[in-house]
Amino acid sequence: MPRTGSRRIINEMKLIFPAYSENERFARIAVSGFLSQLDPCVDELSDIKTAVSEGVTNAIVHGYREKPGQVLLLLRIFEGGRISIKIQDKGCGIADVEKAMEPLFTTRPEDERAGLGFAIMESFMEDVRVRSTLGKGTTVIMERTVTSRRDRL
Amino acid sequence: MTEITTAGGVTLAKLTGDLDHHTAGLIRTEIDREIKLVRPELLIIDFIGVTFMDSSGIGLIMGRYKLMQDHGGRVVVTRPPSYIKKVLKLAGIDRLTPIKDELDGLLPENKETEKGAKSTDATDRIPQNN
Repeated sequence: MPRTGSRRIINEMKLIFPAYSENERFARIAVSGFLSQLDPCVDELSDIKTAVSEGVTNAIVHGYREKPGQVLLLLRIFEGGRISIKIQDKGCGIADVEKAMEPLFTTRPEDERAGLGFAIMESFMEDVRVRSTLGKGTTVIMERTVTSRRDRL
Repeated sequence: MTEITTAGGVTLAKLTGDLDHHTAGLIRTEIDREIKLVRPELLIIDFIGVTFMDSSGIGLIMGRYKLMQDHGGRVVVTRPPSYIKKVLKLAGIDRLTPIKDELDGLLPENKETEKGAKSTDATDRIPQNN
């Protein structure tokens, strides 16, 4: 059985898609479809979709600055309903990750970016880690435990 | 497709579908064209038909708020579904604009603007067929 540390991976999906804004919706739908196996409740699913949308949009808008590139999305379901979502770009990287994660900080105010992407990811997921190297790209890993609707009955 | 109607100084923009970075640009262009044309006293951004929204929606509201402020107009956000309310709350949008669960009382004569309705004041519209 595949394992990460001591956690058994129940299912895994890897997607690589071109960094076009029309693929933001595709990424959300793909995540919804993959997680349907866990039968998440509606609120949880919309939280996760929103966090994914923020991460993927960051990769397209900031990582690649809307130039061609590829976004990697790696989703894992662990035993017990824990999920992890990795979003990776090979774009320009973030100079100061701490600053980038401050609410309302944005490098693109003229594009009406609200500077809330990371705040939403941190609020809607339980654990968010960001690794970035200038000129090499950015990786965001988010985790959360999903409670199946069946378990709530 | 955004349905935008103006009557009696009130512009109603009914948003539909997913509101993300990809769709926000076109919605912004459509709403701004109307605002610049009619300079309404009130802009209602209606979310009842919105199936998904991320922080791009926050940028959209904040941008329209600024544009409306330029001529002394107001913005109201109406009928957001619960998953959108959560994002609005996190962003503190309620400190900027009222968020209402009903359109009642916002539209002129307490009546909802019908599709294709023209402004009651002919001078604030440019004729469509000139």
